[in-house]
Amino acid sequence: MTVKAIHYLNQFFGGIGGEEKSGLKPALLQGSRGPGKLLERLFPDLEIVTTIVAGDNYLAQNTETAVKEILSVLTPCFEKEAAEMPQLFLAGPGFNAGRYGLACGAVCKAVQEHFDCLVLTSMFPDNPAVQEYRRDILIGLAGEDVTSMEESLRRMWGLATKLLQGKAILPDEDHYIPQGRRQNFFHSRTGAQRAVSMLLKKIAGEPYKTEYEMPVFDRVAPAPAIPDMSRVKLALVTSGGIVPRGNPDRIAAANAQKFGIYSLKGLLTLTPETHQTAHGGYDPTFAMEDPNRVLPLDMIRELEAEGDIGCLHELYYATVGNATSVANARNFGKAIAQELLAAGVQAVLLTST
Amino acid sequence: MGLEVGNILIENARFGRRTRLDGRCLVVNPTDLGEFLCRRDARLKKVDIFLARQGESTRILCIKDVVEPRCKVSGETIGEGRIQVLKQVAVITCGKIVGYQEGIIDMSGPGAQYTPFSQTINLVLEIEVKKDTPPHQHEEAARATGLAAAAYIAETGRDVEPDRLYSFADLESLAVSSELPRTAYLYLLLSQGLLHDTYVFGVDAKRITPYIIAPHLLLDGGIVSGNCVSACDKNTTYHHQNNPIIAEFYRKHGKELNFVGVVLSNEPARLAGKEASAAKAIELIKNLKAQGVVISKEGFGNPDADQMILTRGLEQAGIKVVSITDEYAGPDGLSQSLADATPEAEAVVSVGNANERIVLPPMERLLGPLKDLSHLAGAYPQSLLEDGSLEIELQGIIGATNELGFHTLSSREV
Amino acid sequence: MVKEIERAGLPVVHACSIVTISKTVGANRIVPTIAIPHPFGDPDLEKQKEIQLRKELVKKALRALMSPIEEQTVF
Repeated sequence: MTVKAIHYLNQFFGGIGGEEKSGLKPALLQGSRGPGKLLERLFPDLEIVTTIVAGDNYLAQNTETAVKEILSVLTPCFEKEAAEMPQLFLAGPGFNAGRYGLACGAVCKAVQEHFDCLVLTSMFPDNPAVQEYRRDILIGLAGEDVTSMEESLRRMWGLATKLLQGKAILPDEDHYIPQGRRQNFFHSRTGAQRAVSMLLKKIAGEPYKTEYEMPVFDRVAPAPAIPDMSRVKLALVTSGGIVPRGNPDRIAAANAQKFGIYSLKGLLTLTPETHQTAHGGYDPTFAMEDPNRVLPLDMIRELEAEGDIGCLHELYYATVGNATSVANARNFGKAIAQELLAAGVQAVLLTST
Repeated sequence: MGLEVGNILIENARFGRRTRLDGRCLVVNPTDLGEFLCRRDARLKKVDIFLARQGESTRILCIKDVVEPRCKVSGETIGEGRIQVLKQVAVITCGKIVGYQEGIIDMSGPGAQYTPFSQTINLVLEIEVKKDTPPHQHEEAARATGLAAAAYIAETGRDVEPDRLYSFADLESLAVSSELPRTAYLYLLLSQGLLHDTYVFGVDAKRITPYIIAPHLLLDGGIVSGNCVSACDKNTTYHHQNNPIIAEFYRKHGKELNFVGVVLSNEPARLAGKEASAAKAIELIKNLKAQGVVISKEGFGNPDADQMILTRGLEQAGIKVVSITDEYAGPDGLSQSLADATPEAEAVVSVGNANERIVLPPMERLLGPLKDLSHLAGAYPQSLLEDGSLEIELQGIIGATNELGFHTLSSREV
Repeated sequence: MVKEIERAGLPVVHACSIVTISKTVGANRIVPTIAIPHPFGDPDLEKQKEIQLRKELVKKALRALMSPIEEQTVF
C-alpha cells in the first residue's frame, strides 16, 4: 500500500540552484526531487506526490511570512479525497546546515499544527535548529553532511514506517533526537541492582549510561557593560571569513580548522583588492564587492576618528563559520580571548554571516 | 558473628479462632489482635482489621506504613542471633492522620504493578485514635501499633523451621581480596519533622549526626519509618527492613566488590544543616577508604540538594558516586526532573517520574478511613471520573518510585 | 566563539543575521544585521544610504556594548 508524502527541500536539494538562489520563494513541484527521488528508489512503497522548495535565506529572513506562504501553498494538497490524502510530510535531511535546519524546523512545526498528517524531518544533532525544535517536532538522526544521505534517508523511512503503524519509538533504537520528555518504563532489573552495577563500572573506568542527564545550563553571565566606548580599545572578530586577498592562511571554506590573525594597521577600509571572503556558506558576491559589508571597517574607522570609539585594536581575527564544529569554535574562541586579553582589548564586535 | 534470617514462606492467610501458623497459612483472630493493640495503647479508640490478597478488587487508602512481621528468636545483642520472618506478609496501617494522607495500594488492576504490596498478603489495620489526641501522639500511636501488630503475628513463626535461611555476617569478619573495589552505601534518612521523620533504633533521625554502622546491625530492625507524605517515594518500614541496596552489596561481597560499610546520615531542613551533615558524611566515607558509593535518599525537593551536595563533595574527593532518585518531570514529562543539579552527578539511576498519570478503575472494596473516594484529599492532583475511576499521579501509590531502588520502574528520555 | 570570549570577561556584541542561532549558542548582546551575505550592507540601496545604514548598525553595536544587561538581549 503506497504511502503518499509531501517533501520540503531547500533550493539546493530541490535542484534549483546554489547560494545565489537562496532567496527563492516557495514553489510547488510535482513529484519528487533530489533526495526525494532517492527515497522513492530505496522504498517503492513511498510516493512523493509533491515537493515544496524554498530558499534558505527566504525562510531565514522572514520566517513568519515565509511559513504562512508555505501553508497556503500547501493547503490545496491537503484538500483531497481520503485515498489521495498525503499521510506524511517530510523535510530535509538538513544535516548540519543551520539555515536549512531552521527552515525545516519552522515549516514542520507549522505543518504539524495545521494539517493532519505525520511530520518528520532529519538533522545532525549539532544543528542549531535541534535545540529550537526538537520538543515540537520529530527530528530523525542524520549524518553531518551529504555523504551520509543514504543512511540518513534509510533512518528517516524507518521512523516513518513505525509511526505510520502506530508503533512506539525510542531514540536509540529508532535513530531520532530525544525530545526532552521523560517516559516511565519497567526495567528488567531493580533500581538497586542497576545502581550497584553502575558503580562497579564507574570504578573500573568502564562505560556506563546515566539514566538521567543533568540539565546543562551553559550560559555565560553577561560581561559588564562598557561605561564609555570612547575610552576603550575595541577589537574585531569575524566568522564571516573576511581574509586578506589570496587567503594566505588557506582558511577552509567549510569546517575550518583554524583562524587567522590579520593586521588592520593603516587600513581605513577594506576593498576587493585587499580583502576577500573565504566563507563557502553564503553568496560571496556582495562581500567580494565590498568586504565592509561583512567586516564594517570603514565605519569603525569613521567612528574612531569621530571619537565614539577609543581606538581599534590593530589586529583582527577571522575564521569561517560554515559547519564549524562546536569544539573548534570553542577552541578558537578561547585562543582568541587569550590574545585579546594580552593585547589589552576591552570590548569586542563579533560579526557573523 | 552476624545475623541469621530465617524466611518462612507464607502462602495464604485467613481469620480464625486462634492466631497461629497452620502450615504455611497464617491464621489471625482479629478480635484478639484488636483487643491486644487497644489494651497496650490507651490513645487508640479502635482498630479494625482486614485481610487483602493479590488479585482482589480491593483498594487500600490513607496508608501510614507497611511493616514486615519479624521476631527475634535468639541473640542478646543487636545484629547477632536469629530472626524469623513471615515472608510475603505485610502489616499495613492506615487511618486519618493530621495533614494530607496519600498512599494507595490496589490489589489488582493497572495500579497493582506499581507497588510491591499488591503481591503480599496484607493484614490491614484501620486505626482510629481518641478525639483530641495531639498530632505527635497520634502519629506515634499509629506507628507503634503497626510495629506491635507485626511483632504479634510474627510470634506465630517463632518455633517454625524456616524455608530459607540467610546469614548476614559481620563484614569485618570476612576476608576479602584487596583487589576488589571498596564500595560503601550512604543511606540518607528523612528527618524533617512531624510525618517526615525516621527512627534509628528508636532515635529520631533529626538528632543523629552521620555515623558508620555495620549493615548486619541495620537488618536487625534498625530503621522505622515515620514518614507519611508522598506515597511513591516513602521508604516504608518494610522497605528499610528489606533494603535492596544492602542486599545487593551483600550478594556481591567477596565476589565483585568489597562492601566496606554503611554511613547513615539525615536530611536536615536547613542548608547549613545539610552542608554540615554532608561534610561529616564525606569524612566518614573517606575513613572507610571507599572508592565508590551508592547514595540513596528519601523524598523529593530539598533532599535533592542533599544528594547533590554529597555527590559534588565526594566526586571532588575522588570517590565515585552513583545516586538513586525519582523524578518530578510533570505529567507530560517535560519539566525539570530534580530540584537541584550538579555537573558531577553523571551517574544517576532513575526510579521513575512520579508525576506520570494513571487511571485506576473502581474497586469493589475500599479499606481505610474513607468509604467515599470523593473525599480523598491529597497534595497531588487527582480526579474522580464519572464511572468511579480515579485518575491520579503515580505519586499517590505506595512504593511506586521507591528510592532505595526496590522496584523496577525507571524513566528514559524519548 | 562569542561565549568563550565573554567567559574570559570581555564584553562582546554578536552582530548576526540569524538571531535564533545566536541565542541558542548563548550570546548575551545580540545585534540583528541585514542579511547573511551582507550583514552590514544592502546592495539594493544607493551607496550613500548603504554606508549610512552600516554606520547606524555599528553605532547600535557600540550601544549594546555600553548597555548593562542581566540576560540575553537582542538590541
